[in-house]
Amino acid sequence: MDPISKFFVSYKIPIGEWGKAFFTFLTDNFNTFFRGLSGGLNFLLDGVVDTLLLVPPVLLIALIALLAYYLQRSRGLAVAVFLGLLFILNQNLWKQTVETLVLVVAAAAASMAIGVPLGIWAAHKPKVYRIMLPVLDLMQTLPTFVYLIPVLTLFGLGNAPGLIVTIIFVIPTSVRLTHLGVVSVPKSIVEAGEAFGATKSQLLWKVELPSALPTIMAGLTQSIMLSLSMVVFAALIGAGGLGTEINRALGSRKIDLGLEAGLAIVVLAIVLDRMTRIGVGGKK
Amino acid sequence: MTVAVDFRNVDIMFGQDQAGALAMVDAGATRAEILEKTGNVLGCAGASLTVHEGEISVLMGLSGSGKSTLLRAVNRLNVVSRGQVLVKDGDGTVDVVTCDEVTLRRLRQKQVAMVFQQFGLLPWRTVEENVGLGLELAGVPEAERKERVQRQLKLVNLDQWSKKYAHELSGGMQQRVGLARAFATEAPILLMDEPFSALDPLIRTKLQDELLQLQAELKKTIIFVSHDLEEALKIGTHITIMEGGRIVQTGAPEDIVLRPANDYVRDFIANVNPLSVLTAWNVMRDRRDLEHGDNGWVWLDRRKTTRFKIDEHGLVAAAERDGKPAVWVSCADVEGQPEELAQVFWANPGTSLKTVMLAMHRSQTAPVALFDDQSRFVGAIGIRDVLSAVLRR
Repeated sequence: MDPISKFFVSYKIPIGEWGKAFFTFLTDNFNTFFRGLSGGLNFLLDGVVDTLLLVPPVLLIALIALLAYYLQRSRGLAVAVFLGLLFILNQNLWKQTVETLVLVVAAAAASMAIGVPLGIWAAHKPKVYRIMLPVLDLMQTLPTFVYLIPVLTLFGLGNAPGLIVTIIFVIPTSVRLTHLGVVSVPKSIVEAGEAFGATKSQLLWKVELPSALPTIMAGLTQSIMLSLSMVVFAALIGAGGLGTEINRALGSRKIDLGLEAGLAIVVLAIVLDRMTRIGVGGKK
Repeated sequence: MTVAVDFRNVDIMFGQDQAGALAMVDAGATRAEILEKTGNVLGCAGASLTVHEGEISVLMGLSGSGKSTLLRAVNRLNVVSRGQVLVKDGDGTVDVVTCDEVTLRRLRQKQVAMVFQQFGLLPWRTVEENVGLGLELAGVPEAERKERVQRQLKLVNLDQWSKKYAHELSGGMQQRVGLARAFATEAPILLMDEPFSALDPLIRTKLQDELLQLQAELKKTIIFVSHDLEEALKIGTHITIMEGGRIVQTGAPEDIVLRPANDYVRDFIANVNPLSVLTAWNVMRDRRDLEHGDNGWVWLDRRKTTRFKIDEHGLVAAAERDGKPAVWVSCADVEGQPEELAQVFWANPGTSLKTVMLAMHRSQTAPVALFDDQSRFVGAIGIRDVLSAVLRR
């Protein structure tokens, strides 16, 4: 090796060491907090899953189809949802599907609850957005496996770490789409609001949010889809559901099981996507 | 007359280095020089303008002349860098430039309403919900709000459309919703930022007429921005011409047309049809400037075809046309009179030049006399006076 390159490798910047030290510090000092949090989340998620599993599957499927009708006012969609979920039941994957469903809905809800306010804040303060942007990029591009490890050490195995990993991956989308929605509110209607004497919060609730709603709802749909794409990774650290089946199929090279669980995820994805398209197309 | 809005030496500067740029304004620098040196954009400089209650004051200029910028200072959509904008608020006045947020909001809700070029309607709201926006923001209870909204919708003939969404309406109707929304707050001052520019010409004319009708009834103070001089002359009681952020000339419509302050204004009015603004008063020769004969006879024209005998009260006692006795007839009846040589038409100062010309045409180019409202003779218009006014020479 040439001397200059040699010079550069002579001292390796211990990034990995620092990161490890940071997480060791967290586990050493806040272990009770993280374990308590993960215990609570696990209890909550498992509780919801168990409750849903108490309901006879066909009844639950019918209820979901009814919800689909209520949300979209479309009989065709309700029938399709009903048939799709019956297919999953037929493949004997109902329990896993409910586990996945709960995880995905919880992750999407949590990332909307955190992401929408952050997106609004970023839209009102360009400086904040400039600082936020690299963090969002990091959260989306850092390979998932890399943060599986620290999350695992902090939270242990189970649904809770799966949920947290999924939220980290999904939040940037809801932040970005909320930001986009709010900054693209036409200037003319913001000024109309101001000219008629709106307070800051009136402007937000009566002008900006209704105008940005279609984009924010697109963010919800995207969050759900991205959460579903994390199902397999979350299963690696102990989250149950369809992901576990796929990992098992991969480990034992079972093409049939992989195909069944894979199709179940696709069906679930289509059902959730169609059900949550609120304010997109149709009535404006 | 009470002052509704008073701009006092208003400077509006967009950009960071306010102090440096304002110093350049004081040194008389142009907008381009300021932009190059400081990177700031001069919106408006040294603008002083007084708008009285009940006026329609039109701000005119090409795009970028600062007319909208100045208008938007009235409700602080644009922040004024220096100067005062005094707005009448009940019995007192408020300086919008320095007032606090609470006062500003009250002004915006109750005193100053606005109509926008792009309508600024909320597309997810129905027509009635849009009209009620200002009242809703001001916290007016729902029952009262509904009642006031319905009244405004009737006023602009949209009561059949109240449940429709804004985007289901044509452009002209959308702007009527915009008008109704502004009227609904019952604010005495109305800011109109090129409200009809986005509409096609026929609809534009119609809405201008409707606005004038409503104004005759409501007597608001309107500040109206336009780049269309015909529109300004039609609706404005006062016109202010702006160029490069500065006010060039302010005056009544006919002042602008007859006495343009500089070449910019002259270019502006070059294509205006003078018949649409000029009145008999603007073109007449005063009685004292006419050629007087003996026994109280006065020649109405330079060619000495027509003369009046005026008595001691200033009234006409006798008329003569081409040496023969003639009758004098009001211009108002010009259409009904047979064409004959022995008549002389008379007009009032407010009679339009167009009517005066028609009267000349019907009377074989006889001069037209001008009477005041007590029928006293005040002056005359000969054919040369008309020609020089129309040709602006």
